[in-house]
Amino acid sequence: MDEFKTVIGLEVHAELDTKSKIYCGCTTEFGGEENTHVCPICSGMPGVLPMLNRKVVEYCVRAGLALNCAINPYSRQDRKHYFYPDLPKAFQTSQFDQPLCLKGYVDIVADGQPKRIGITRIHIEEDAGKLIHEVGQTRVDYNRCGVPLIEIVTEPDFENSAQVHAFLEALREILLYTEVSNCKMEEGSLRCDVNLSIHRVGEPFGTRTEMKNLNSFSAAVAAVQYEAQRQRRVLSAGGKITQDTLRWDDAAGNNYVMRSKEDADEYFYFPEPDIMPMVLSDGYIDRIRQTLPELPAHRRERYVSQMGLPLYDAQLLTVSKFISDFFDQTVAAGAQPKSVSNFIMGDIMRLLNERGWAAEKLPISAQSMAELLSLIEKGAISNSMGSKVIEIMFDEAKSPTDIVQERGMAQVSDAGAIREMCRQVIAENPKIVDDYKGGKVKAITALVGQVMKMSRGKANPSMVNQLLEELLN
Amino acid sequence: MSQHRTAGEDLALLTAHEASRCLAEGKVSSVQLTQRMLDRISQSQNNVFITVNLKALEEAAAADARRAKGEVRGPLDGIPMALKDNISTQGLRTTCASRMLADFVPPYSATVARRLSDAGCVLLGKLNMDEFAMGSTSENSYFGAVKNPKDPQRVAGGSSGGSAAAVAENLAYFTLGSDTGGSVRQPAAMCGVMGMKPTYGRISRYGVVAFASSLDQIGPITKDAEDCALVLAAIAGKDPYDGSSLANPLPDYLAALEGGAKGLRIGIPKEYMGEGISPEVRAAVEAMAKTLEDQGAVVESCSLPRTEYALSAYYVISSAEACSNLGRYDGVKYGYRTKEYKNLAEMIEKTRSEGFGDEVKRRILLGTYTLSAGYFDAYYKRAQQARTLIMEDFRKVFHQYDVLLTPTSPVTAWPLGQKHANPLELYAMDVCTVSVNVAGLPACSVPCGLDSQGLPIGAQFIANTLGEAVLLRAAAAAEKGGSV
Amino acid sequence: MTITIETVQHIAHLAKLQLSDTEMSRLADEMEKIVGFADKLGELDIEGVKPTTHAVAVHNVLRDDELKPSYDRGKILQNAPERDAACFLVPKVVE
Repeated sequence: MDEFKTVIGLEVHAELDTKSKIYCGCTTEFGGEENTHVCPICSGMPGVLPMLNRKVVEYCVRAGLALNCAINPYSRQDRKHYFYPDLPKAFQTSQFDQPLCLKGYVDIVADGQPKRIGITRIHIEEDAGKLIHEVGQTRVDYNRCGVPLIEIVTEPDFENSAQVHAFLEALREILLYTEVSNCKMEEGSLRCDVNLSIHRVGEPFGTRTEMKNLNSFSAAVAAVQYEAQRQRRVLSAGGKITQDTLRWDDAAGNNYVMRSKEDADEYFYFPEPDIMPMVLSDGYIDRIRQTLPELPAHRRERYVSQMGLPLYDAQLLTVSKFISDFFDQTVAAGAQPKSVSNFIMGDIMRLLNERGWAAEKLPISAQSMAELLSLIEKGAISNSMGSKVIEIMFDEAKSPTDIVQERGMAQVSDAGAIREMCRQVIAENPKIVDDYKGGKVKAITALVGQVMKMSRGKANPSMVNQLLEELLN
Repeated sequence: MSQHRTAGEDLALLTAHEASRCLAEGKVSSVQLTQRMLDRISQSQNNVFITVNLKALEEAAAADARRAKGEVRGPLDGIPMALKDNISTQGLRTTCASRMLADFVPPYSATVARRLSDAGCVLLGKLNMDEFAMGSTSENSYFGAVKNPKDPQRVAGGSSGGSAAAVAENLAYFTLGSDTGGSVRQPAAMCGVMGMKPTYGRISRYGVVAFASSLDQIGPITKDAEDCALVLAAIAGKDPYDGSSLANPLPDYLAALEGGAKGLRIGIPKEYMGEGISPEVRAAVEAMAKTLEDQGAVVESCSLPRTEYALSAYYVISSAEACSNLGRYDGVKYGYRTKEYKNLAEMIEKTRSEGFGDEVKRRILLGTYTLSAGYFDAYYKRAQQARTLIMEDFRKVFHQYDVLLTPTSPVTAWPLGQKHANPLELYAMDVCTVSVNVAGLPACSVPCGLDSQGLPIGAQFIANTLGEAVLLRAAAAAEKGGSV
Repeated sequence: MTITIETVQHIAHLAKLQLSDTEMSRLADEMEKIVGFADKLGELDIEGVKPTTHAVAVHNVLRDDELKPSYDRGKILQNAPERDAACFLVPKVVE
């Protein structure tokens, strides 16, 4: 049945998280009233000149290093020309034959299989403005015009939509960890175009189509599946694929031809005379390399192999760089990895969710977290008391030790006091005691519960268990 | 140094530095100077100005008020001047002599305009030119041709024809032009004034409507070398808004005027003195060389072997960059929009076809052709390789010479309309000036006598990168020698 | 190089210029001459010569990532041939 092979390459655009635009001082902030984040430079007025933002170069190099690319020691910008009202200069300042980053890769796992996806190049360029279509006219807003982008071009290494999805997830994670992009799909910070062709096994590659307007990972997956099937249908019926540019309609779940090859644009690339070339020294590249954080895949690997965490924990902990950093810092402060992980995945995630807070708003330091876990480990408070303390720490800037002390939450480990409570519970529950003595060993948990209740949660549960057994036998 | 005239004579005839001295001595006010210029502008018949600044007298009064309070900003404070109409001026329309921008009022000023305003200069208005600075006669203007003040039947040269004519006709104490292939120097030569194109990057291009970005450079047009030094000092230097502007410190340009000809090593490249140069022009340049030699300069013949390719390289590079820079005129954001259209594509095409004049369209087509698929390597890339070779030629001769001396234009001003029908013949007129832009070097044109019809001849000095000071030295020495 | 009317037509289309038939034939003629003149570059021995893309030997001219206030919207829109209170207006764009 599967006589066709699918060949897919991606072009991913990520908006960089700089304060100002790529060539002028206007803000990159999303939203704002139309044409209020605009100046003569980003609206392409006559005579103005671009001035390249240093952070844009730095972020692109960061992304390149994180994606295992070689950094081009000589790089420059080029003009890519086309007429469209969202492009006020009638050219996009981009990079053509000397991009900043070349030849990298990302390792992914899709359908349980590891796979390496090659990165052909990464370059910097400017975003275009926004067209607002209305009846009879189109309104033009240049707020997004000049927001810095990196374009990540992959090798045609993908075979199916699962790999595309896994790659996009991995890429998103890396861009977030390196803090070069906020990757907000809903704000268009991460978008991708798909190049796809199919061919019969053993035959040369087929004609490819380019698909645009993929604004979510699910759209990319659906679009890849749709287009692969469409091409398969056409070829199976003896038809031919034409080299078209297609536009994905996510609502309809299909695509349509935007441009056929005959009216493909000629871009007239040539070196941008107004922007001086970039010459990057090894020292500069090394300095950026040194600021790169440990990437999520590596962290997961370390959590599993060195810390003995289940893969599930490792995956949850690395969903956010902030949480992963918090975890690492808490462990570094002396806490047991699995206990930290349990508390993060349990109480901390729950409390953040309840409050609708982003992880970055977590009001607990790694030091306090480690202190809390050490109180539990020393037996000063119980595990369940620990949960209560965390909840208090979300609202009050106090150390766990102070909270425990102030509220008298310390665990009672005084054998005399506990023995007295145990005696009382045994005396008050003859039926349960009979059950226990009659062989229902589990009945003891009911007695433990009664003692804990009497101590208002503060009795050391293992001592309660131990003393009850002692008294009953 | 020319002897100093005073306010006793016609104020209009003063140089900028003489006017500056009169202001300093309290013999005249900026309002008086400005009024004199405005009167002359309103009487001029040569189509020199496109727009007159209605606030000029206000600016002059402000300069006088500063002076009264002892807050003079420098030697140019209160001096009335004018700018080529491709230099953006906030609140004052900047048309590039094009129908496309006939009503365009920039919300920003070019760095040079701001620097002159900061220096206290009074802006008289905006000067006529070839549309988008494309041309060498100033006939390609939506506002009509500029006439040469020396002979109104003849062209003023171009593309900064208005800038040169304004100085020649004493309508401004100095002006700025832009020079992409000779557009400051050639009209200066044809109108009998001095014009300098500094090193590429010496003066900010920010706010100067781009023609060919890697060649464009702003330059002063003045009555003499001392004025040129004053203006250069006011506008040159690094600009954070222009990535190609150079950070090298400015030398003392005024001091350079005193250097004299003695010991100056002058090369005369033989490729600039051959066929195509009118005998009268050649003789005038040779006579100037002789005068400088008499003053102690060392003059020798030299060679720039790849000169003949400069013109081709220039037209390929400038047209390619122009077609890119002029894409933005599409009727969407500013400027002209055609009246009737069925859809967006037609709106853009009709706007551009109606908004641009013939010469601009010709260059856009040439640029598009040379950049289009399959031709990039044969034309644009090859032109940039030629550029490397032309620069190499210059580098070699500057081991031996401080300046080169050539004609500025092969001929003197020709009658209006004469060469208009033949673009290629016109392009060939730029032969003496373009290689300087291709190589990014500084050069200036100085008056070099008159031909038999009484028309001005210009001589060009070319210096090595950042050699503006030595150009001023040579120009001042040439002035001192007297015109031939 | 021969420049035909078809070539001019194609180039004009790319450059977004609409030319009349007379303009077209005149321009074909002129362009053929001008291109012939540009063809002179073919004589040059450029083997191994690096192209000069920038007239000054300066690199890494960068600005710090600092915000500057944007322009008043009225100033940005003031020269627009057609606009409303917030945007530039163009004929309906079909995507």
